[in-house]
Amino acid sequence: MPAVDAITPIDPHAWRTDFPILETRIRGTCPLIYLDNAATAQRPRQVIQAMVSAYEEHYANVHRGVHWLSDQSTDLYENSREKVRSFINAVHCHEVIFTAGTTAAINLVARSWGDSQVKAGDEILLTMMEHHSNLVPWQQLAERTGCTIRFIPVRDNGTLALDNIDELVTERTKIVAITAISNVLGTINPLQEIISKAHAVEAKVLVDAAQSAPHEVLDVQQLQADFVAFSGHKMMGPSGIGVLYGRETILERMPPFMGGGSMIRRVRLDGFESGDLPAKFEAGTPPIVPAIGLASAIEYLSRIGIAAIREHESLLTQRTHQLLQEVDGVRILGPGPAQTAGIVSFVLDRIHAHDVAQICDRHGVAIRAGHHCAMPLHKALGVNASNRASFYFYNTLDEVDRLAAALKDAKKIMRRA
Amino acid sequence: MYWRNKEQITQVMMHSEEEIYQEHVLDHSDDPYHRGRCIDATHAHEDDNPLCGDVVRVELRIQDQRVAEAWFDGEGCCISLASASMLMEELEGKTVQDVRNFGAEQMLSLFRAKLTPNRQKCCLLSWKVVQSALYSPTNDATGNGETG
Ligand SMILES: Cc1ncc(COP(=O)(O)O)c(C=O)c1O
Repeated sequence: MPAVDAITPIDPHAWRTDFPILETRIRGTCPLIYLDNAATAQRPRQVIQAMVSAYEEHYANVHRGVHWLSDQSTDLYENSREKVRSFINAVHCHEVIFTAGTTAAINLVARSWGDSQVKAGDEILLTMMEHHSNLVPWQQLAERTGCTIRFIPVRDNGTLALDNIDELVTERTKIVAITAISNVLGTINPLQEIISKAHAVEAKVLVDAAQSAPHEVLDVQQLQADFVAFSGHKMMGPSGIGVLYGRETILERMPPFMGGGSMIRRVRLDGFESGDLPAKFEAGTPPIVPAIGLASAIEYLSRIGIAAIREHESLLTQRTHQLLQEVDGVRILGPGPAQTAGIVSFVLDRIHAHDVAQICDRHGVAIRAGHHCAMPLHKALGVNASNRASFYFYNTLDEVDRLAAALKDAKKIMRRA
Repeated sequence: MYWRNKEQITQVMMHSEEEIYQEHVLDHSDDPYHRGRCIDATHAHEDDNPLCGDVVRVELRIQDQRVAEAWFDGEGCCISLASASMLMEELEGKTVQDVRNFGAEQMLSLFRAKLTPNRQKCCLLSWKVVQSALYSPTNDATGNGETG
């Protein structure tokens, strides 16, 4: 038998004590079962405290003052950048651009890189499972430039249909923008394969890592992606902070996106010279304390261990698939647990997703209902709306059982039992 | 252990929330009144709630300033289907002016079950579509209806 790295299994109950919000009783009485982690995760005391201390002890504007407090604040902000660099294994710190989130990061690329590199006749390749954040900015680019958007289709089982990939990735392809993990189906996409196809025709690749950064190892050097975007709030950091990783050589040649303070070297009345990386892309006062919060979240994540998180979520997903399959009239969207991260979307026969979520809420179970910002994908799957349960390491098997019980109750209340 | 015993929770739920899914609501959503197309419609309108993907189309036959027939079709949650069904029943025979005067508050009280603001949107979708339909004559309307 080959040696397997031993992963210490996670005891979610031990970690939960760090999360005050998980003690919440819905309407004052019913324990909260938070299964909406793909929308946003909760944050532990340590992250909240890191932000409180930053405000109480170290806060001033960054890169601006010569005074002591500004140096403190700048150090913390730049140390956060180093934490992110090491978390994603980027070569340089200045390849890490702080943004407001995944959406802002993708828009930055579509505007700055897109407007300068893409012209009519060029092609952008997306997949049919993209979040609107990784679709609309490209549609806007197409409106501005006249380029064409093409899509890698999704199979009925929720995986990407790569059979015709060689017809989709051509010399006309300028960029492939693809999600690492579908926020609806949970599907883990074969990034490596798609990235090497794209690079073979000298197309760039942007990876939307919003759903993978909190749950999967992200190594930008190994991945060879040109751009990677993710959000702090889905990995226990605060909202209002996100990251754009870009390869140094590409970022250097990109024009600044937003103009303002910090991003310049020199300004005259008749023009400006833009500053160096990463400042060039961080116009204005940045999200200073949110960046510090994100660094604290990364520290916390590293203490648990991404591999252990993945293992635990895999148990939760397997159990969810198993219990949901036992409920008559449930259709699970997406592939089986082996190919998915901790996300399970489903529809109940003849019960609308809203009604399901409403009845789950009575049981304290917070799940999502709707199209989860992926309307084209829902259309392709032939459903108007679905329900989604999404996990993090602090969820328990017991909570999955409560979800299944709530679904049975929904069937009873709606007279579908 | 953060979990309370099950009986306690169920009890609490029964008392803390008024039942939305009452018999009359479920009856309407399971077997809606006039769900389908209105042949000879003089007025029609369609709208959706992109947030939840619900779509409602309303078709009216207005004759002598009265709603002679009201039909709806669409996809939606229990609340939006049931409310549309109740509204179609309510509209028939009313004058166009009465329908215009039929306000959101009246729609909510027609529904009877109490709704949170979030679900009120579902309940009011078909009502809004009806209000617009009054001003939307179909192409082949004969001109004896309301053109607004
Ligand atoms: C796959 C994916 N991409 C992009 C986003 C957008 O992230 P944000 O809203 O933090 O910008 C999300 C989250 O909603 C997502 O799940």
